[in-house]
Amino acid sequence: MKVRINPERCQGHGRCYDLAPSLFGEDDEGYGTVLSDGAVPPGREQDARRAELNCPEHAIELLEEG
Amino acid sequence: MPADDRFTEDFRETREEEVIGTRSEVVTGPVADWATDFSHAEPEWAADPYRIQDDLRQRCPIAHTERFGGAWLPVRYEDVSAIAYDTERFSSRSIILSNFRPPRELAPVGGSPPISSDPPFHHDARKLLLPAFTKAVVTRQEPATRAFCHSLIDKFEGQDVVDAAQDYAQYIPIRVIADMLGFPPQDGPQFAEFVADLLEGINLPPDERIQRVGRMFDYLLVQVHNHLDSPRDDLTTYLLNAELYGRKLTPDHVVGAMALLLIAGIDTTWSAIGASLWHLAKTPADRDRLVAQPGLLPTAIEEFLRAYAPVTMARLVKQDMHWHGVDMKAEDWILLSFPAANRDPAQFDRAGEVIIDREVNRHAAFGLGIHRCVGSHLARMELRVALDVWLERIPSFTLADPAAVTWSAGQIRGPRALPLRIR
Repeated sequence: MKVRINPERCQGHGRCYDLAPSLFGEDDEGYGTVLSDGAVPPGREQDARRAELNCPEHAIELLEEG
Repeated sequence: MPADDRFTEDFRETREEEVIGTRSEVVTGPVADWATDFSHAEPEWAADPYRIQDDLRQRCPIAHTERFGGAWLPVRYEDVSAIAYDTERFSSRSIILSNFRPPRELAPVGGSPPISSDPPFHHDARKLLLPAFTKAVVTRQEPATRAFCHSLIDKFEGQDVVDAAQDYAQYIPIRVIADMLGFPPQDGPQFAEFVADLLEGINLPPDERIQRVGRMFDYLLVQVHNHLDSPRDDLTTYLLNAELYGRKLTPDHVVGAMALLLIAGIDTTWSAIGASLWHLAKTPADRDRLVAQPGLLPTAIEEFLRAYAPVTMARLVKQDMHWHGVDMKAEDWILLSFPAANRDPAQFDRAGEVIIDREVNRHAAFGLGIHRCVGSHLARMELRVALDVWLERIPSFTLADPAAVTWSAGQIRGPRALPLRIR
């Protein structure tokens, strides 16, 4: 699984880095950033889903790998 | 370096002369029908807006009123979010609905940028403020906020009943924002008056309202001069030195942004802390669960923000148009109720219930789109620390007299009297 933030939608609510700080961080203006290359380490899938389901702007995309 | 001559007597006089705009007739008194005559300034709304909004959602999702010179009230999440995102059709030129519309020429800057600004100016004005309000930066305020909350509870010594709104919730954001702006902490009571004038005085005669708001600007000018004389590491000095498009900000921009930071953080956070304590005082199961499981607090806070969202914004319709089934006219107000959106059953399961471990919570308490509350990270920190300290120090508390609880009317909703029995 990979995570991605759509920068067109992100408004810096920060739900992703509140809920999944191992996957997301904030930039100098508070917008969300994806840490590393966005690959979700095994066992962190639930954190990724929580971040996605709580983003008020629907800015987080989960890419499930087959 | 040449002296900063932006804030001379001339500026002050120009400001006073600039109070042109459109005034509408003040209409108060009982509402005939909430679908055609709504008013969020009336006591019935203050007592329970949710029942009214739920009813409107069933029968007329976009209510109207002739009061305030004409206004619309959407109550579905779908409509509220569409308006929040549509900055082409809906202007933020004035975000407090009243009987005074500032002149159209005030757009796209507005009186208190960036909350009152429209694109493209909005983006640049907002960018100036964002770095001061990131989660990482506001976290630095946490130890002082925590110590301040403890000092407020220390003062409860010997009392069985305290007013959690007046004696606790209110002081926290006042202290935090005074520190950030570099204003004297003892001026706090004045800030509470400015807030009441601006946010709750919407049905005052427009000229009296303008005069009262003028008192706040007089105060801010004193602070400006104080900071010009002795610059320091705070937001006021930051705004005085900030540049946009290669030059320092206009004096109106500086003072307007200071007004925004002072007003926007106080009533709102005060309301959120108070509403959360009110809920816990009347819901012992939730209170006991949070005392036993403090790790659940951040999740519970999101639910309090959803269910008791304190902030409603306003917009102005730019042009006559048919929109989502109604005929809007240019200059009609929109009462943009994030609280109503947050209780729409089409968007949230069990929308009318408070579920403190709600896992999926895309609430809109801090707005949606480009105007997302700049202070949201600060507000969340204050709310978490305020509740954390309270629950640690006062794990058992109840409503001393449910009938004595009063709620503010207008666009910011929260308890203004909240007597709690704490032992």
